[in-house]
Amino acid sequence: MLTLQFVPYEEIEGLTSNERIRKLLGMVKDERIVVLEGRLRKEEETALIKRTMEEINDRFKGIELSVVYPERRKGTLGRMLKNNITDLLLGQRQGLTVLGPASLIKEIKKDPDKIQLFTQERKGKKKRR
Amino acid sequence: MLDAINKFIQKVLKDLFRKKKHVKLGLYGPPNGGKTTLANRICQDWLGEDMGIVSSIPHETREIKIKEQISIKSGKKELSFNLVDTPGIATKIDYEDFVKHGLSVKKAKERAKEATKGVIDAIKWLDDMDAVIVVLDSTYDPYSQVNITIIGNLQARNIPVLIVANKVDLKKSDMKKIEAAFPQYEVVGISAKYGKNMDNFYDLLFKLVK
Repeated sequence: MLTLQFVPYEEIEGLTSNERIRKLLGMVKDERIVVLEGRLRKEEETALIKRTMEEINDRFKGIELSVVYPERRKGTLGRMLKNNITDLLLGQRQGLTVLGPASLIKEIKKDPDKIQLFTQERKGKKKRR
Repeated sequence: MLDAINKFIQKVLKDLFRKKKHVKLGLYGPPNGGKTTLANRICQDWLGEDMGIVSSIPHETREIKIKEQISIKSGKKELSFNLVDTPGIATKIDYEDFVKHGLSVKKAKERAKEATKGVIDAIKWLDDMDAVIVVLDSTYDPYSQVNITIIGNLQARNIPVLIVANKVDLKKSDMKKIEAAFPQYEVVGISAKYGKNMDNFYDLLFKLVK
């Protein structure tokens, strides 16, 4: 059975980077697939990978991670201003982050606005969700 | 506040002395993209020797490797740099994958442990780089989160980036997909193994490290 856990941005908004990573990684290590509203900061993403590597052992093999968010194409001055104001008001709230244990998720494909999640199967076949 | 002032002073000093020291040029990317093959190609072209061992088993490079004082020339221009070959960055490492490649369980577990340390070291070294070549296997989907995270971090640190679409000699190679995935960056298609399009690569390297 797969457990999907939705995490609203409010749940991580007031946390420090360390606390955010500990919380998310804790859920993943509990064999849950986390769907986070919004995204982590760039440096938090690398810190998440670093912390994951520190915790890898015979049982915990790592994570699969994917982030989707609206693409920001360079446009008119008005559009750039609108994007900047949205960023200022919403922070990292836009988009969606999906992460889960590598023991459950074989692969996450992004194309780039669509996410396909392939889960591990006992017989080694990939199954699309 | 003190931290911000300290960072500012360090940046000013770094910029002041940037031209006097050798530039640190990092090779980053996911495992098996061809970072060490490219490092070997550069070293063979300009020093006549290899830099590291290449293997089809992922995570062959598990330690940071540095080749100092490589000088490349193009016409009257000359560029000197220290080349830093880094372990491939991944979000998962399973020792059983190495067993599938024929390693014993003991050796596979050792390799996995070293590989995790290698990824941590590669991330730690990001801050020390003056410019980075991101080496991607052009036969693979470029939209992996590892690629996006590496490039996003380099962008956030204002580190100049050149993307290499490696293995263009292979039929499945799709350089256009890499260009579409990272439109804000210069992408050069090469075959590090066979030395294809290296002249173009070196021209772009001069542009990257001004």
